[in-house]
Amino acid sequence: MTDLPAGTDDPHSTDGPAVPAVLAPVGGWRTATVAGIDHPTAHGVRLRLDVPDRVDHLPGQHYVLRLTAPDGYTATRSYSIASAPSDPLLELFVEVLPDGEVSGFLDEVVEPGDELEVRGPIGGWFVWTGERQAVAIGAGSGVVPLVSMLRHARDVGRTDALTLVTGARTLADLPYADEFRAAGAHLVLSREDHDGRPAGRLAAADLAGLLTGAERGFVCGSAGFAETASVLLADLGMDVQQIRVERFGPTS
Amino acid sequence: MAITRGFTGRRRTDPRLPPGQYDVGRDFPVLTAEVTPRINLDRWTMTVDGLVANPITWTWNEIRSLTPSTYRGDIHCVTTWSKLDTWFGGVSVDELFAASGVLPTATHVLATSTTGYTTNLPLDDIRGGKAWLVWTHEDKPLPTEHGGPIRLLVPHLYFWKSAKWITRLTLLDHDERGFWERNGYHDHGDPWTEERYSGD
Repeated sequence: MTDLPAGTDDPHSTDGPAVPAVLAPVGGWRTATVAGIDHPTAHGVRLRLDVPDRVDHLPGQHYVLRLTAPDGYTATRSYSIASAPSDPLLELFVEVLPDGEVSGFLDEVVEPGDELEVRGPIGGWFVWTGERQAVAIGAGSGVVPLVSMLRHARDVGRTDALTLVTGARTLADLPYADEFRAAGAHLVLSREDHDGRPAGRLAAADLAGLLTGAERGFVCGSAGFAETASVLLADLGMDVQQIRVERFGPTS
Repeated sequence: MAITRGFTGRRRTDPRLPPGQYDVGRDFPVLTAEVTPRINLDRWTMTVDGLVANPITWTWNEIRSLTPSTYRGDIHCVTTWSKLDTWFGGVSVDELFAASGVLPTATHVLATSTTGYTTNLPLDDIRGGKAWLVWTHEDKPLPTEHGGPIRLLVPHLYFWKSAKWITRLTLLDHDERGFWERNGYHDHGDPWTEERYSGD
């Protein structure tokens, strides 16, 4: 790591982002078979895929999915993995966007038995394997990688090392809401009172007391949400070098 | 490639779009893996070092007094969005290199951000009118979330090579992988040959 010049604003700037010791290799393109598909929320579709010769992923990683038209036109999108590495199937949860070219197709056309081309797992940064105390904050479809982390935590007996904060507009909009509630996740609903918490956006009060002992923060969601949540973590004293962010761009 | 049952897709035949990319229109998505830094321009510096005759460090005012140079064209993010016909203003990397005197032994460059983010480039991909340091986007100051006050711009490669919050370019005689390159992404990142992930 190159030393950075004196005078940058980041007191930890000479210690750049670390790279995980273990990184799952990116596999080649695989033809996955749709084992199951359902619509758990009004704007969400869940895919359960059988991926032959799958490379085990790490919780937090994503796959790319490629659709091919008869004339060779392709559309490719990235989707976070919800399943644990131990799951025999690969589970993706896709937010269906208005006019979404890929998400709309998955929502309206895909049936069990269909074949879809996928590639992964991808990403070695936004990954939690259970070795560190962590706080993970997600909103909307940004909670999907947190599901993989939670399921993996259960697999390896490390649920005590993972604090989850999950957000959505309403409870009905929150993907995997029942699973998160059963796991004791802290729900932040912006347009609905919930469990004594008045409706409102994520704020410092939601995180107060949750950071004790946390060595690392994970933030996943829209650009706006990710900015808010990552700045809150930093303002509450978490080392910025330990905050890993996944901002979701538009993926229609 | 296997045909996907029932998929016809939206025809996007714009020749400016590399394979697998779609036009994001007027949007400009933000994809950053770190906390957006707060940069104090009074203390920000830009350094060119490594295999150069004269390592140089510029202040914000010194960088802005160099010959202005503009890029107008397209940018391509590995997450499959492309932004067509946009423009950035700043200074050509060639000017910084000319002042520093790149040594003939240099073959690669490592770009470093104030956050510690790094990315690697072959020297020939960052010189010869191919790369800029930019501080305006479409005539407005470059917003922090897009790498402002100043970022690297290498528009002919996937956009993760255009390091945000740039503070240093180090000339090397070997390739040294940067942040995403060690995290599953391609060493080079040419959108036209779809060099997206390690091994492509």
